[in-house]
Amino acid sequence: MRLPRTHVLIGIDEDALQAGAREVKAALDRTIDEAGLADEIRIVETGNLGFLAHGVCLVVYPEGVTYAGVTVEDVPEIVSEHLLKGRPVKRLQAAVAPVRPEEPVGLTRKQPRVALEHCGVIDPESLDEAIAAGDYQALAKVIEDGLSPEDVVSEVDRSGLRGRGGAGFPTGKKWSFTAPGKQKYVVCNADEGEPGTFKDRLILEGDPHRLIEGMILAGYAVGATKGYVYIRGEYGLSVHRMRQAIDQAYQEGLLGEHILSTDLSFDLEIKTGAGAYVCGEETALLESIEGKRGYPRLKPPYPGTVGLWGKPTVVNNVETLAKVPPILLKGSDWFRTLGTATCPGTKVFTILGHAAQPGLIEVEMGTPLREIVYGYGGGVRGGKAFKAALVGGAAGAFIGEDGLDVAMDFDSLREYAAVLGSGAVLVLDETASIPDLLQGILDFFRYESCGQCAPCRSGTDRLAALLSRIRSGTGQEGDLALLEGVAAAMQETSLCPLGQSPILPIGSALRTFRDEFAPIAASAR
Amino acid sequence: MKSVLEKYAPERENLLDILHDLQTNDPENHLTEEALRETATYLNLSLAEVRGTASFYSLYGFSPRGRHIIRLCDSPPCLLMNGKSILAELEQQLGIRLGQTTPDRTFTLEPTSCLGVCGVAPAMMIDDQVYGNLTVERIPAILDEVRRNDEAA
Repeated sequence: MRLPRTHVLIGIDEDALQAGAREVKAALDRTIDEAGLADEIRIVETGNLGFLAHGVCLVVYPEGVTYAGVTVEDVPEIVSEHLLKGRPVKRLQAAVAPVRPEEPVGLTRKQPRVALEHCGVIDPESLDEAIAAGDYQALAKVIEDGLSPEDVVSEVDRSGLRGRGGAGFPTGKKWSFTAPGKQKYVVCNADEGEPGTFKDRLILEGDPHRLIEGMILAGYAVGATKGYVYIRGEYGLSVHRMRQAIDQAYQEGLLGEHILSTDLSFDLEIKTGAGAYVCGEETALLESIEGKRGYPRLKPPYPGTVGLWGKPTVVNNVETLAKVPPILLKGSDWFRTLGTATCPGTKVFTILGHAAQPGLIEVEMGTPLREIVYGYGGGVRGGKAFKAALVGGAAGAFIGEDGLDVAMDFDSLREYAAVLGSGAVLVLDETASIPDLLQGILDFFRYESCGQCAPCRSGTDRLAALLSRIRSGTGQEGDLALLEGVAAAMQETSLCPLGQSPILPIGSALRTFRDEFAPIAASAR
Repeated sequence: MKSVLEKYAPERENLLDILHDLQTNDPENHLTEEALRETATYLNLSLAEVRGTASFYSLYGFSPRGRHIIRLCDSPPCLLMNGKSILAELEQQLGIRLGQTTPDRTFTLEPTSCLGVCGVAPAMMIDDQVYGNLTVERIPAILDEVRRNDEAA
């Protein structure tokens, strides 16, 4: 068989499917075949290509030409002009292409991708491509080099990897705290529910084998032979891709007993959520896997001691686990060359809202917010002025113009009373109303509060009603202080992060944009 | 119903999966009283345990719903991108309010939390299909397409 001279990558995600990606793929197949190019050109279905809001997208390699908004009608032109004659079709070339090659702005700007290195590059439904790209190499290395479970834990510990789900707890420490026991579990938290976050979805849909490898390695490190991936019920394509990848891994002896003909055993199962934000909290997630209401548990004991069915359990986020294989393959020293001293490595951020180029990027920890908004997100759409960014989702904080130079890592953001959280960056232009958006956030918390503990159950209700009163112009003297006071009390007394979080958006909104609230409350006086 | 239940080992950890499966197989897209009862018996749980667990999760419905469930995201990123105007248009086009089902039982309109496609906000899901970059102008065509597919099937 001849090696193809050209690869055409077609990004398949939920949005592209809706924009007709299947039809475009079929038309490409047909037209390339008719042009007699079937032996020379390979069409690869891959996950999201890293830029959004552009319909069906293609990338043609080796040229690296990016097409967006491609329809079936465009296919003959692309095939005859570009693939046959080598002349890229200018009118379809994506706006995300570099403005000047030496200093690209937008999502094509250089990114040190670690967790996402294969996303949008390989066909996520092909185990062969995943392996060719390097998946399962770290597992092979651990086996060949005879690394003990303790060696794996200490290498991850030395790398300084911290949990990418939001809390930022050192992964190596979490693993080393796992209590001894005959039966242990590894659980991957893929219940990505933080509004504005879609990074885990793209790993699940773009490189599922990377996640499986990370889970096998975590299992080996802590002595667990069974794992669960808990995926939220709304992520249909993620469940499909993951299920297919797990089946392939079993067939090839990468899961099950005697992995790669060794004594290593690891079984992996998918559990699907059914619509509950609070299940992203690790102990609520464990309850849900057990088939119960997703009520968070009182901690301690932590899952490392008393987890799934009372057994020691490691719960890690998708992005965290996806970073484990490269750390073991390239070493903790390599990982520490990226990021900051206390937050080594890279972080996946999602850029959305009024950004000129919404999408997702993986950059070094500590990258300034300004660089993310302007360098990668292309600034504010429509030439409008930047007002603020809501960083970290609903359980995040507003950062205004004066905070644009903050380094985006767990520790630097704390100085701004903000959090890195899930890495969502919601860009707001000058027209955005902070009180309106805050209302959306508080309504969200009210709806999603599980109702188990009183501070959160009645607190979220009170917060939403209070702000609604303030916004309607019937607020009373002291309402803003009350809003902040209730949220502060909830932070102190709530059982889990859901009730502890509203203080973040409320506190930051009142600190930076108090003017927008005060007139409304005053109008009632 | 029996054939659905017997795909799963009779263990509580399978409860959510069983409920998903039963709901998908129900012509009216919901969990019937009988389904909850049968599940309780199969898993050796009380009906209260099964109902109590199911009612915690927003993807399950307990009264008859339309053939197609429209789930419109009402999380902050979609609200910021004019999600409210999409809701108004859907209510107008369908002649129902959020949470209701059209008289011809074609559509049920529900809110949902973040669908994880915020780069193309505002967004909604109709059954398993995600629709992003919604505009008021696109809504009639999307609804027509779903209706046409129904007629073709």
